[in-house]
Amino acid sequence: MLVVDSIEVFYGEFQALFGVSIEVAEGETVAIIGANGAGKTTLLRTIAGVLRPRSGQVRYRGMRIDGRPAYAVTRLGVAMVPEGRKIFPSLSVRENLLIGRQSRRKGPWSLERVFDLFPVLRERADFPGIDLSGGQQQMLAIGRALMSNPDLILMDEISLGLAPVIVRELYETVQEITRAGTTVVIVEQDVTRSLQVADRVYCLLEGEVSLSGRPADVSREQISLAYFGV
Amino acid sequence: MIKARVAESPAGWKQLSVIQFTALGALVIGALVSLPFWGGPGVMRMLVEFLTLLALAQLWNLLAGYTGLVSIGQQAWIGIGGYALIVAADDLGLPIPLGLVLAGVAAALLALPAAGLLFRLRGGYFSVGTWVVAEILRLLVMNSTDWLRGGLGRTLTATSAMTRETRELLTYALAVVIGLGVIALVHLLMRSRTGLALTAIRDSETAAANLGIETQRIKLFVYLLCAFGTGVVGALIYLNLLRITPDAAFSVQWTAFMIFIVIIGGIGSIEGPIIGAILFFVLRQFLSDFGEWSLILLGAIAVVMMIFAPEGIWGIIRRRWQFEIFPVHRRVGASSGDAHERNAWQ
Repeated sequence: MLVVDSIEVFYGEFQALFGVSIEVAEGETVAIIGANGAGKTTLLRTIAGVLRPRSGQVRYRGMRIDGRPAYAVTRLGVAMVPEGRKIFPSLSVRENLLIGRQSRRKGPWSLERVFDLFPVLRERADFPGIDLSGGQQQMLAIGRALMSNPDLILMDEISLGLAPVIVRELYETVQEITRAGTTVVIVEQDVTRSLQVADRVYCLLEGEVSLSGRPADVSREQISLAYFGV
Repeated sequence: MIKARVAESPAGWKQLSVIQFTALGALVIGALVSLPFWGGPGVMRMLVEFLTLLALAQLWNLLAGYTGLVSIGQQAWIGIGGYALIVAADDLGLPIPLGLVLAGVAAALLALPAAGLLFRLRGGYFSVGTWVVAEILRLLVMNSTDWLRGGLGRTLTATSAMTRETRELLTYALAVVIGLGVIALVHLLMRSRTGLALTAIRDSETAAANLGIETQRIKLFVYLLCAFGTGVVGALIYLNLLRITPDAAFSVQWTAFMIFIVIIGGIGSIEGPIIGAILFFVLRQFLSDFGEWSLILLGAIAVVMMIFAPEGIWGIIRRRWQFEIFPVHRRVGASSGDAHERNAWQ
């Protein structure tokens, strides 16, 4: 479904990714783990069309999507839950969700269905999105991405700064989303949590893929070596 | 559009009911329409000036307050609009109302290539760029010594066939239509799907793009719409003044007035520029005795406002009484809901 083929991504003169290749099959949940600054977010942002690779390709359902603007990638069915949630502060919870409708894609996700997934959002539908707690904002960010009816959803550090009990709740909904047939790519620093839900895992180290495989096939030692490089 | 009851949303903001809103609207429209029968020509002239300033401020607020495109070069479209009206009415012999529309079209057509350059610039560079565009257009008009008579400027003669009363009545009628029309336009636009997208873009452009919003296209649309509107208002200004020179028409002072009105009244709302325009108008009459000092005083007031009340006078009112006249937020009742609106959005 998604093929990232040896991409090199730069921020000005600084190279963030060195020939990174990953593959994601339809219906899979893939985790991308790695330490701070390993290039996880850069990889997601490149897939989503926010950044352009200097070389290499990103293909989605056989189409090249690198170089396409972010809105066009979203309209093809790739949604992103951005790092730091990026809730629109001037908009209410409901309006934040309705923004996801702008991609004009058809599919199972509607306001009602997102409210069923996250009942707390229905209760607070008319409050400013920014007034929600951190966990609720993360639900809103996920719900907003779902509203665009994606086939592939990219989630960037959804556990960041949240209490463990909330993270567990969020990951339960991730599994619900997967069950609905949506392909999921999650970027995480929380290795244990992501290995529980992922079908396959890639580990990034200093801008390169240092490990890949099924969670069951990789040992703790391999992961810690791939994660820290020591 | 407006709630059928005084809707108190969980956020606790009061709005006018349909009856109250209609009554208020009817009162304002009734007063404006009937004014020629009871007000003198002096009042009419004052209202023409007020309504043009109000329309200009609303358009600048749409551009800067709602879309985040802080232009300091809107005088470009006032100048183009003014000259376009004179060319349309005097050189081509077209009727005045059509001339006003064409003035807007001319401004929008020139704004398109300007946007091609300006949209590569960000933030402060964009702002400075808009001023440069206005200066370039001023110089082009200045150098058209034959057709547009360069720095000497031109005079609208097409209206000389009319009596003074007819001309003033026509100008007033057009000012009322344009003044109210711009408010209606901004209100409807901000309540539309595009308005929601605009707010999202202003909050976070990257997040908006990641949700499928074509940010550049929407910003371009608003930029061209505001150029069109400002062009029409520019034509109205010179229908009123009759005499145009490049230095006056392309003066940055026009944009300074727009910014002042919007800042004082409250940026990012429709009510703000209305309050700001009233205040600016009163202040200007009051300060006119101070000559050159009046501009310094206006500037000082704006600076004080920005430091102590950046949300403007309407911002203070809105916060203090949690009230709005032109709600742009979609607050559907939590229990029952406005089914029509909800359907429209799904």
